[in-house]
Amino acid sequence: MGTENTVILDGVGVKRALTRIAHEVLERNKGVKDLVLVGIRTGGVHLAHELALRLEEIEGEKVGVGAVDITLYRDDIKGHAEHLPVGKTDIPFSIEGKKVVLVDDVLFTGRTIRAAMDAIIDHGRPSCIQLAVLVDRGHRDLPIRADFVGRNVPTSLKENITVAFDAANKPVEVVLEK
Amino acid sequence: MNLLIKGGRVVDPSQNIDETQDLLVVDGTIKELGKGLKAPAGAEVIDAAGLVVTPGLIDMHVHLRDPGLEYKEDIVTGSKAAAAGGFTSVACMPNTKPVNDNKAITSYILTKAKAEALVNVFPVGAITQGSKGENLAEMGELKEAGCVAVSDDGRPVVNAELMRRALEYAKGMGIMVITHSEELALLGEGVMNEGFTATELGLKGIPWAAEDVAVARDVYLAEFTNSPIHIAHISTKGSVRIIKNAKARGVQVTCETAPHYFSLTDEAVRGYETNAKMNPPLREADDVAAIKAGLADGTIDAIATDHAPHHLDEKDVEFNLAMNGIIGLETSLPLSLKLVEDKVLDMKALIEKMAVKPAQILGLDRGTLKAGTPADVTIIDPKAEWVVEADKLASKSKNSPFLGQKMKGVAAYTIVGGKVVFKR
Amino acid sequence: MAFKHKDIIGLQDLTREEIELLLSTAENLKEINSRDIKKVPTLRGKTVVNLFYEASTRTRTSFEIAAKRLSADTINITASTSSVTKGETLSDTARNVLAMKPDIIVMRHSISGAHHYLAKRVSCSVINAGDGAHEHPSQGLLDMLTMRQKYGKLEGLKVAIVGDITHSRVARSDIFGLTKMGANVFLAGPPTMMPPGIERLGNVTVCKDMREAVDGADVVMMLRIQLERQGKTLLPTMKEYSRYFGLNRNLLQLAKKDAMVMHPGPINRGVELNSDVADSDQSHVLKQVENGVAVRMSMLYHVSGGELPTE
Repeated sequence: MGTENTVILDGVGVKRALTRIAHEVLERNKGVKDLVLVGIRTGGVHLAHELALRLEEIEGEKVGVGAVDITLYRDDIKGHAEHLPVGKTDIPFSIEGKKVVLVDDVLFTGRTIRAAMDAIIDHGRPSCIQLAVLVDRGHRDLPIRADFVGRNVPTSLKENITVAFDAANKPVEVVLEK
Repeated sequence: MNLLIKGGRVVDPSQNIDETQDLLVVDGTIKELGKGLKAPAGAEVIDAAGLVVTPGLIDMHVHLRDPGLEYKEDIVTGSKAAAAGGFTSVACMPNTKPVNDNKAITSYILTKAKAEALVNVFPVGAITQGSKGENLAEMGELKEAGCVAVSDDGRPVVNAELMRRALEYAKGMGIMVITHSEELALLGEGVMNEGFTATELGLKGIPWAAEDVAVARDVYLAEFTNSPIHIAHISTKGSVRIIKNAKARGVQVTCETAPHYFSLTDEAVRGYETNAKMNPPLREADDVAAIKAGLADGTIDAIATDHAPHHLDEKDVEFNLAMNGIIGLETSLPLSLKLVEDKVLDMKALIEKMAVKPAQILGLDRGTLKAGTPADVTIIDPKAEWVVEADKLASKSKNSPFLGQKMKGVAAYTIVGGKVVFKR
Repeated sequence: MAFKHKDIIGLQDLTREEIELLLSTAENLKEINSRDIKKVPTLRGKTVVNLFYEASTRTRTSFEIAAKRLSADTINITASTSSVTKGETLSDTARNVLAMKPDIIVMRHSISGAHHYLAKRVSCSVINAGDGAHEHPSQGLLDMLTMRQKYGKLEGLKVAIVGDITHSRVARSDIFGLTKMGANVFLAGPPTMMPPGIERLGNVTVCKDMREAVDGADVVMMLRIQLERQGKTLLPTMKEYSRYFGLNRNLLQLAKKDAMVMHPGPINRGVELNSDVADSDQSHVLKQVENGVAVRMSMLYHVSGGELPTE
């Protein structure tokens, strides 16, 4: 049983998708005023930085980027088994009254997004939270949907989607593993 | 009932015998030792081929806890444990409730033992009244009632002047003084041997000096009073050296050690193992080596178990709160046989320390297979392997650090006064 | 790297990697303590029992805050208010506590090894908040975290520990932890308070006097002296103790420039630490207290464990 990999988005495809998302974010929010990006560790943080670069290119203004680690907000901690290491949540600005764009690489069950929203709200009260993802693979367990999607990829539960990053944390490609 | 023990390796240091012989017991007394003996009509014959036939083993230091502490052990269960361990006689220490410091208690012990015990029980009376270390106990009456020695075992006689007088007085009464030699100020609140293991475990240590200082004092008092003295349960290399030197200059000192002091080090305490807690505490490797050397060169006269039964509730607690002491009657023989296997002692020297010398020190007409003496005989299977299991121990208490361990050597038959009281 | 222990009894039982994990988790958890809403839902629904057989407001409070910041429910049982004073055995107390279905018992006990005893008898996690003169792992961890925050690493640091080593569980946990992490430990104290074989516990050097220990040190850890607990035969007077084993500005100059001064608290001013040192910039005592909460959150988090579904 070998795994069969299909490239869903290559390097150019990822760049195009991010650029499109950047434009959509600007259109929806009418610029970058009061806008901040918060990436979910670890892939989402890299993508949030990519998105911030594009927003700055287009608007000529820096956008704040934070990172949220959702380990402490997971809903599946039980028993005496081992725990995942806790990553650092780093939101170096107030989110009070801000428009927060939450960024993740792959949207799946929605549980991660639920945890991330709880984590963000523990830091203050944003005026709104929007969600940007590079890939939406379906199979939601919770009533959550993305505002900005790079690519919709119908998958089966057995399949897996990974976003590969290079050493400089730049996205390289999106791969579907069967 | 008559008994012929055929074809065993007879080891009797009292007659300097170590060869294959037959042993004939008639009417509870040793009748004859020789080759090719014929069984009289109706006599039971024991085939002892491959086994070792020795004078009945004597444990000169046990705690039977009777009267007063029967929840730990009593004369009956203690004697069963003794028989299972190959002992035909035990000397029981006086730290009962009440203390055996008067002839009424002594006679209670003897009466109960005579009626119900499987082995001979020889009471040891107290040195001081209530073992309180204040006034001498009535040693004359204790002896007359049947005590074979006096001791305040469990605690030392703190007052040196009182110890001096005890030695003088006991000598006059013709009774041996057995000392628990320990300097209590140095013991302090110590709970295990002072050393690296205690440091690592964060447990308060008992320095070897707590024993050595007291052994030295007691040896000097014996020398000064020109009296015999027997030092109980020595555990340190210093004690061995002090006693060796004292013997060399003619002091009438004898001593004993316990199997755990030549089998275990303080490492056994790791894991806060309360069954490795006793006083004196388990020491370090160089002490164990010195104890073995002391056994080999004759400095240490006897092996005695210091059999100290405690209820599970007294051991199943935090280390500091646990009672001192372990049971020993049923593991002493295999642990001691290991000395033979390790060539520390030969079989004759071992039996000397487990039967002959204890009888001599306590003045008992036992510890020998000479014709005409009471037929106390132990038949040892030195090769049998077994595992120490709590529910198979005869003792009422199970506080042994050897639980679960494999042993080699066991009593095949224990014979008291010509009667088989234990058979494996 | 994952943490697989049910209990944390001592740093002696942990590997270098496990200590590293506890410290890095604590570092990442610190952020929670500076939020407006100082709470995360991680241990929601879990019950933490603080079972304290010795009074220790500091350690108990620190564990309690740590548990609450992780949303656990906490119950405090102390010797003065419980059946402990009525002579109930630890075994019985443990059974009673277990009937309350706790997930974690945090215990402080005056007897070394009491936690080994408890952990063997309960199904829930046991965290040692100090046992006799044995270990005080949360203190050892917070000490290491504080050092690591300044130096970025523990490997190669010279750490002087001064005072009553014999009776100190802090010293043992520091020694076990620091030597495992590659630090060099130098001990000084009155010979009456230096236990035999201590140098065999790891990379530990016993110094003949305090100057030797402090000389060139990156960290000077002063232990609390408690004459009332440690008996009267060990020292002549506090005055003499402070003269030979107290830290003052002059002595501190022997250490590396800007060396850290630490103390597990509470400080006996003028005995272990002179005020000119205690109140100086080199003192990290309050930093230690602050780190205590994060370290204890990390311990609670890792023993409580979580099964993670494979996604």
